[in-house]
Amino acid sequence: MPTATYDDTVVPVDDEGFFTEPDQWTEAMAGQLAREQGVEDLTERHWTVIRFMRAEYAAKGTGPTVRVLGRTSGVSVKELYQLFPKGPAKTAAKIAGIPKPRGCI
Amino acid sequence: MSKHIVVLGSGTAGTLTANRLRRMYDERECRITVVDQDDDHVYQPGLLFVPFGLAQPHGLVRSRPRQLHDGIDYRRARIDRVDLDADTVHFAVGGWLTYDVLVVATGAALLPEETEGLTGPGWGEKVFTFYDLPGAIGLHHALERFEGGRIVVDVADLPVKCPVASLEFAFLADWYFQRCGIRDRVELTYVTPLDGAFTKPVAAKALSGLLEEKSIELVTEFTLGEVDGTGGRLVSYDEREVTFDVAVVVPLHGGAEYVNRSLGLGDELGFVPVDQHTLQHLSHPNVFAIGDAAGLPASKAGSVAHFEGEVLVHNIGRFLAGQPLDASYDGHTNCFVETGFHKALLIDFNYETEPLPGHFPATLGLPLLKESHANHLGKLAFEWLYWHNLLPGRELPGIGSAMPERGKNHVHV
Repeated sequence: MPTATYDDTVVPVDDEGFFTEPDQWTEAMAGQLAREQGVEDLTERHWTVIRFMRAEYAAKGTGPTVRVLGRTSGVSVKELYQLFPKGPAKTAAKIAGIPKPRGCI
Repeated sequence: MSKHIVVLGSGTAGTLTANRLRRMYDERECRITVVDQDDDHVYQPGLLFVPFGLAQPHGLVRSRPRQLHDGIDYRRARIDRVDLDADTVHFAVGGWLTYDVLVVATGAALLPEETEGLTGPGWGEKVFTFYDLPGAIGLHHALERFEGGRIVVDVADLPVKCPVASLEFAFLADWYFQRCGIRDRVELTYVTPLDGAFTKPVAAKALSGLLEEKSIELVTEFTLGEVDGTGGRLVSYDEREVTFDVAVVVPLHGGAEYVNRSLGLGDELGFVPVDQHTLQHLSHPNVFAIGDAAGLPASKAGSVAHFEGEVLVHNIGRFLAGQPLDASYDGHTNCFVETGFHKALLIDFNYETEPLPGHFPATLGLPLLKESHANHLGKLAFEWLYWHNLLPGRELPGIGSAMPERGKNHVHV
């Protein structure tokens, strides 16, 4: 199992770098995670999404899709793409320290 | 004591559920009522063939009530809402039904108006969907008129019914234009919000290989934000553009409208959250959902409804008898993927096992993840099985609810 180091703590991640143990994530790790995803500064709007991702994961066992985020997080899909240009669901999940959202097929 | 089971929806899932229940209970034990808003049952797998002139629209539609066994009440009505606390279904024009068990089988609705510009200028002229009968017929006429240019097949976002149908459309378009002799004047592009041709790695590799072989360009991670019908542009939320002369769009899907009006019944997209193994509602034990209406991490496909049916009916029986539910749906899905030139692929998978190569249902069966004429014949034969075997709620010989393991080759990508 690969690992990564954030805020001087070694955490297990999957092959794509998503946390496999979300309990090991702390808010202090978010800044470095964000920079790795090309998001330089985490604004309050970013944090709205990050906290929402963690709450959804805790409640449902998977992160929401972009469409569900747009409907329920209070941040529109358009703004989500402005905040997380490389794909909001995946990028925000990574910064929020939760596993990759399971897409439907 | 007589119980009343109300089934909302008489598509694939609702019809086969009601028929299976009727076989399990006689009329003194259980009253069964099925509700739907019209009388037209459309054979949805056939919609794919209409644009290419391979199926006649009228041949795909049959009467809903005539697919139901004797002793099932059919009520044609629009549903206003379900009151879960009062176990009551309210109709839009007044009237209601109370139930002991409710089965939600109202499928998925197309929501093209939720994408900016999709139903604006150009809709029905150069922007189409083949996911309903009028759209498929309109597209047939458009393809007949088409003399060359760029055709884009786009999936707006997931979940959608039959996630392979859009790929099949692209494959069949390649075949169609070759047959017309103008393939060299047609550019075909397949646009998807996924990071590959399909979600699961082994199948994604096989399917993207086929796209390449057929010279169909693949654009990935493209979530449709806006359609400019006049300018012939699809624009993604991250502001990439794909231009077209004809766009074939699979629009956003949601649950039936009344689900959103029924407090506590559905999720944010209008699908009904149920236990992924028992199909029982997560907070109302006398409510179940099946087929496309269910909010499950499974494909919205007819085969899923079929495999769920066996589990659902058994569990309803256990519930009414006051026993714990013991039947478990494993996520089994089975899809023929038409690839043109009288060939098709077959994929078979469940929650845990991705589509793998090998054979179905055992080592001597149909080839999996590989084009073959036998699979094409299987796809064509399925229509007869659908009306005469699947809808009446009979078992398909040799094909049960649980995904078969024999015949599958576990490979690493």
